[in-house]
Amino acid sequence: MRHATLGMLLSLALPAVGGAQTVAITGGRVHPVSGPVIENGTVLIRDGKIVEVGANVAVPQGATRIDATGKWVTPGLINALTALGVSEIGQVQATVDLRARGDNAIAASFPVWEGVNPASTLLAPARNDGVTSVVVVPNGGLVAGQAALLDLVPGTISDMINKAPVAMVAQFGDPRSGNTNARGEQYARLKELLEDARNYSRRKADFERAQTRDFAARRADLEALIPVVEGRLPLMVNADQASDIDAVLRLARETNVKLIIAGGAEAWMVADRLVSANVPVIAGSMTNIPTSFATLGSRQESPALLQRAGVKVVLIGNGSGDETVFNVRNLKYDAGVAVAFGMTWADALRAVTLTPAEVLGVANRVGSLQPGRDANVVVWSGDPFEFATRVEHVLIRGREVAQPSRQDELMERYKTVPPAYRKP
Amino acid sequence: MRIRLVAAIVLAAACAPAQTSTAPTPRPAAPAGARADSARPSPGAGALSVPNADPFPSTYAAASSRPTLIRDVTIMTAAGPTIRNGSVLLRDGKIAAVGTTVSAPADADVVDGRGKFLTPGIIDSHSHLGVYAAPGVDALSDGNEATNPVTANVWAEHSVWPQDPQFPRALASGVTTAQILPGSANLIGGRSVILKMVPSRTVQGMKFPGARYGLKMACGENPKRVYAQRGPSTRMGNVAGYRAAWIQAEAYRRRWDKWNADHQGDAPTRDLGLETLAEVLRGNILVQNHCYRADEMAQMIDIAKEFGYKIRSFHHGVEAYKIADLLAKEGISASLWSDWGGFKMEAMDGIRANLAMVAAAGARSIVHSDDPSGMQRLNHDAAKAMAAGERIGIHTTEDEAIKWLTINPAWAIGLDDKIGSIEVGKNADVVLWSGNPFSVYSRVDRVWIDGTPAYDRANPATWWRTDFELGNVPNGGAK
Repeated sequence: MRHATLGMLLSLALPAVGGAQTVAITGGRVHPVSGPVIENGTVLIRDGKIVEVGANVAVPQGATRIDATGKWVTPGLINALTALGVSEIGQVQATVDLRARGDNAIAASFPVWEGVNPASTLLAPARNDGVTSVVVVPNGGLVAGQAALLDLVPGTISDMINKAPVAMVAQFGDPRSGNTNARGEQYARLKELLEDARNYSRRKADFERAQTRDFAARRADLEALIPVVEGRLPLMVNADQASDIDAVLRLARETNVKLIIAGGAEAWMVADRLVSANVPVIAGSMTNIPTSFATLGSRQESPALLQRAGVKVVLIGNGSGDETVFNVRNLKYDAGVAVAFGMTWADALRAVTLTPAEVLGVANRVGSLQPGRDANVVVWSGDPFEFATRVEHVLIRGREVAQPSRQDELMERYKTVPPAYRKP
Repeated sequence: MRIRLVAAIVLAAACAPAQTSTAPTPRPAAPAGARADSARPSPGAGALSVPNADPFPSTYAAASSRPTLIRDVTIMTAAGPTIRNGSVLLRDGKIAAVGTTVSAPADADVVDGRGKFLTPGIIDSHSHLGVYAAPGVDALSDGNEATNPVTANVWAEHSVWPQDPQFPRALASGVTTAQILPGSANLIGGRSVILKMVPSRTVQGMKFPGARYGLKMACGENPKRVYAQRGPSTRMGNVAGYRAAWIQAEAYRRRWDKWNADHQGDAPTRDLGLETLAEVLRGNILVQNHCYRADEMAQMIDIAKEFGYKIRSFHHGVEAYKIADLLAKEGISASLWSDWGGFKMEAMDGIRANLAMVAAAGARSIVHSDDPSGMQRLNHDAAKAMAAGERIGIHTTEDEAIKWLTINPAWAIGLDDKIGSIEVGKNADVVLWSGNPFSVYSRVDRVWIDGTPAYDRANPATWWRTDFELGNVPNGGAK
C-alpha cells in the first residue's frame, strides 16, 4: 500500500508488465537509433524481444498497450564505464569490490562481476533514469581485470549478465601505477604479458609439465588473456595523454590486439591515428580541467571532435560527479552536454546506445530498437537529455521495471517534516 | 595610531556577541577606513588585535569600460519576475537601468540579446579554486592545514595560486564570484576569502573589495578520520573540540575588546586563531559550516547558540531536507548539491530534491560546488533539483531557482547588497546565456564583471589564459 501511494506520486511504480507476453508501445516519437526517427511509431514486443518497429504496426489483440502519445521512445541507455554494484559507499571498504590485489599489478583473471551486489541501492536510481545496461569496469594495477555488461534487471548476477567478459581492462600512463616507475616500463611489461599469453596458449601442455620458462604472469591471468591475444576480447586501456594513446596504439599493433581507449582526455589530438587504427574511444564531455599533467589537453568538445574526425565515440560521464556509481543515472545529461559542446543530437544518442553495444560486441542484443533485439526500451516525457524531462516507462527484456529507489523513499518520507517513522 | 581610532569606532557597533535574531547580521560600522590605514600600518600595529583589520587589502579595481546596453533579452533578475524582451544598461561598473524600455547613451556598446537570457553573475559559495589548483599535484595541494584540528589561524588566501587554470574556466561558465574555503580536515579550518574571477598577478588583485571573511568549520567524518590517531576520533570528540575553541575565543574577545576600549596596561598577546574566532563572536566573520547530517546540523546550531554566534550557511548538507523547517526557523542557508551523495556514510541519504525541499520550507537554498568541474554547471544542478522536486509535487519557479545560484549565495557570503541580482545600483556582474540557463543545451556566451567585458565565447583571442596554460595547455585552453 505504501508503495502504491509512493508509486502514484512518483509516476515510476506503474504495475509491472509481465514478461511472457506482448507489449505495444504506441504513438510515440520513436528513435530506433539503427534507423531514422519514426513519428507516431509503435514498438511491438513479444516474450522480451522487439518484434516490430514502425509507423504502421498492427497491435495484436490482447497486447498490453503503453500509450506513448507525445512521448519519446528510445533504446535503454548503456553506461559503458561504471562501478555499479561493486562500489556502494566509496569510503566504506567493505562495500567496494572494484580493485583486485592481483599479482604484481596483473589481475587479468579478475571477474569483477562476481562481486556485483544485485541488492545495491544504486541500481534503481540508474534504471529509473533510463539506464538499462551498464558495463562494470574494474580498476587499479596495470591489468585491472575483466569488465562485464549487465542489464539492470531485478534478480541475481546471472540474471543480470548480458555478456561477460566484454573487455579486458588495463591502465597506461600514470608512471607510478601498476608497480612501475615509468611509462616505458609499463609498455615493456604489457608487451611481455601479451606475448606470454600467446606463448602460453600455444604451449599449455608444456606449461602443465613445467617445460616452459617462467611466464610474465600466473596461469589464471595468462588464461584470461588468451581471448585478448586472439582478438576475440578487446583490450580497454585507460589512457589520457596524447603520447600515451599513441604508445598504446603501437602496442596494440605490435601485439595484434583489438583496442578500446577509455578516458582519452587528449584523444582528440591523435584522432587521425585512432581513425586509421579503427580504435573507438570511451570519452566524456564533462571536463575541461587539466587535472594532471596527462590531461592538459582536456576539453569538453573532445567527443564532438573525435566523432567528426571519424572515431567511434562512446559517451560516459567524466566530470567529478561520481558518474560511475551514485550518478550512473546522469548519462543522459552527459549526452546533453556533449551536444552543447558540438556533437549532433543523433550522434550523442547513438553514443549512449548503439555505439557502446557495437564496441562491446553486443549490438545483436541491445542498443537499438529493431526486430530481434532485447526489448530494453525507455519512454520519456520529452527530449531525454533535458533536465525537465522525466522517464515514464523503463522496460528491460520486455518487462517493465518500476521500483522506487531508496532515495525516492527518503524524499517521500521527508516531504513533510517531522516525518512519520512508522507506517500510519 | 589611526588604526586604534578606527578600531574604537568599529567596536561601538560590534563588541556585542552576534545577534540571535534570524535577520541577516548587520554589517558593523564602516571598516572602510581600516583598509586605508592598514595599507600603511603604524609601527607595531601587527601586534594588536583589531576588529575588521585588513592586513592583506584588496587591490582589485575594475577597468573602466564603455557603457553597455544588453537589449531584447530575457532577464532573470533574482529580484523579481523574469522580464521578457528587456534591456539592461551597465554603466560605471553598476547596473544603471533595467526594464523593458531602457535608452542607451550614444557611446554605449549595444549587445543584441534576442533569443538569449541574462542572469546575475553566478556565485559559488563553496570552492577550493587556487588552494587546490590544477594540476592536482602535491606541490599545489594547499587546502587543508591538517596538522591540528583547530587551525583558525590560517587564511585560505595565503594558499591561493592566482595562476590556477581553473579560474578562467569558472569564469567562462558564468561564475563571477566565489568563496574560496580551506578544506574540511579540521574542526575549524581557517578563514575563507571571497574572490572575483579576474586575472591578476596576486590574490589581493582578485579579492572582492570590502567582503567579509568566512570561517570554515567541519562536522562529522572528515575531522574524525584525519585525527583518528591523536583525536578527535569521534563525533563527541569533535563537539568537545569546537566548544573548547569557542571558550578560549570568548575570553580572548573580552580581553581585547576591553583593551581596545580603554588602552589600560599592556596590550594582551595577539593570537591569530583566537582573533579570527573573536571576530566571529563579534559578528564580523560569517560561519560556513561543512555538515552533512541533519542531527549534526542541529547540534551545531545549539553550539552556535551556546557561544552567541550565527551559522550563515551549512555546506554540503545532504540531509538538509530532513531539517528544512529548522533551517528556515534559524535563518540558516543551505549550500547544497543536487545529486552528489553516497560516497561516505554521512552522504548516504543524498537526494536530488534537496534544494527544492529546503526552499519550499522557506530556507535559503544555494547551489554550491566544492568542485572545479561542478562549479561550471551550477545551473545544471539547479535544474536537476527543480525537476526532482516537481516529481514529488514541489514546484519551483525559474525565478526561485535563479536565486539559488545568485542572490542566495550572495547572502551567504554577506554580499547581497552588492551582487547577486540585476537591480539598479548593484555591481554590473551579469551573464548572457545562449538560451534558458536551465536547459542542458545552453552555454555562456558573455560575462561582464563590474561592467567590464570578462568573457566572450565568440572571441577566443580575448580569453583569459593563466601563466600555467602558456605552452602547457594546447588549443589555447578551450573554455
